[in-house]
Amino acid sequence: MAKTVDQYFDQLQQTRVWRSIFRSGTGSSTLKRALAIQQNVFLHLFSTKVRTRMLSFSATWYLGTLTLGTFLILVATGIPLMLYYHPSAPQAYADTKDLQFVVSSGMFLRNLHRWSAHAMVFLVFAHMFKVFYRGAYRTPREFNWVIGVILLLITLLLSYTGYLLPWDQLAYWAITVGSNIASAVPVVGEKIHFLLLGGNAVNANALLRFYVLHCMILPLTAIFFVAIHFWRIRKDGGLYSHGSEPATVRAAAEIPTSPASGEKWGTPSGGALNPKGGN
Amino acid sequence: MADSKDFTAGVDSNAKKSPRRIVFITRRTSAQVKAESEDQIQTFPEVLFRAAVAIMALATVLIWIALIFNAPLEGLADPSHTPNPAKAPWYFLGLQEMLHYFPPVVAGVLVPGLVVMALIVIPYFKVNIEADGLFLKDREKRLRIFYVVATALSLFLLLFKVYAALVPTVIMAVIMLLAAQSSPQSPSKFRRYLANRPLSYWVMTWFLFELVVLTAIGTFFRGPGWAWVWPWQGTL
Repeated sequence: MAKTVDQYFDQLQQTRVWRSIFRSGTGSSTLKRALAIQQNVFLHLFSTKVRTRMLSFSATWYLGTLTLGTFLILVATGIPLMLYYHPSAPQAYADTKDLQFVVSSGMFLRNLHRWSAHAMVFLVFAHMFKVFYRGAYRTPREFNWVIGVILLLITLLLSYTGYLLPWDQLAYWAITVGSNIASAVPVVGEKIHFLLLGGNAVNANALLRFYVLHCMILPLTAIFFVAIHFWRIRKDGGLYSHGSEPATVRAAAEIPTSPASGEKWGTPSGGALNPKGGN
Repeated sequence: MADSKDFTAGVDSNAKKSPRRIVFITRRTSAQVKAESEDQIQTFPEVLFRAAVAIMALATVLIWIALIFNAPLEGLADPSHTPNPAKAPWYFLGLQEMLHYFPPVVAGVLVPGLVVMALIVIPYFKVNIEADGLFLKDREKRLRIFYVVATALSLFLLLFKVYAALVPTVIMAVIMLLAAQSSPQSPSKFRRYLANRPLSYWVMTWFLFELVVLTAIGTFFRGPGWAWVWPWQGTL
């Protein structure tokens, strides 16, 4: 009798090699599923369980998840783009032209990278406003909101440094306009401007600096803060939903409910020791 | 308080869920104490699966966009030839629009600096913690403050001829006035909604409104010399 794919997969999971790689073991018990998160270096940032109500689309609009998605797409498209790109003027422009007309799928890679970058900036803003209007930055999540503001700035810098790399007129003058703002900072403005560009105007030095920032420093910084951002969601008690907050927190931040809108998540009562809980 | 204990004890008798667990919750309890049990779902595989589906849907949309629309690429960078207008990336065009009205130290440094500061301190001040409708308490006093602030802001923007920021401000002021005239018991759902909005909501919504309007003007309505053009006039 032929085995099903599932049976082959089960068999694979029993092998010594598989067991040596994945510490959580096999099986689909609740324990094993929890271990699959806990015992994984990346996934342990997340909690093993999530409130079911937080999975509904209206709760978060999945904006944080989608922002992560754009970041992954940008890494996946950015690395192949680096293979065809020299950060020197004017070679950078010739490389971009080659990406458009010579490299297989080069045009597609560049398009996807650019539109995903715009999407990421938009999604980060959308995520921030959604979190604000949900009141999800409240105690004990204050610091995660601050990390989010840092990530907003990193995202803007990532997009801005990437903007110069094609070395065309659009890139050159956009960076010129933007970097001139740095000169307006009182006292140290000119110094910052010089430090940013490696010169008094946008030139080959600026291109190299922006390249290093764009491909090395800023992505690593972003990954560092994203890791803290995710980890803090777990440490701060999971995704915020007003109805799930402890009574003490809710009392301090009581949202008045109008007769029509009502308590959206439908847990109007339930004290700290109510054994039945809200739902 | 009559009793001297600063904690309460509770016993969960459901041995399956929490065998032999006794809970002590002090009065000054930390916010992380889990107060209620509610339906939860395993992150692996359910939540990860949903996240993967969401990301794949996004990727599909972006791939279609990438297949249909080409990224712009103009001529080689030429320091001796300034395009008119020279525009920053779209997310900075709100700032560039501000630069049109105010000196760089104000529009380029002070305003963005204050915005970032304001965003950081939001959770540390009780701005949105007190979540009552703005005009429900101390109505007369708050209305007076509102009139002074709204008038001062509008006059300031009028003085510098910043009509692009003035119009959203006036619209927001009118909506806030409508909110002040609305009661939480109003038969209209919209009026009830307005009446219950707290101060932080109004400030953030005004900021969002300004951000969208200024960015849209910078992107679509500015041509050579940063003069007003209509999007369909196609200057280049």
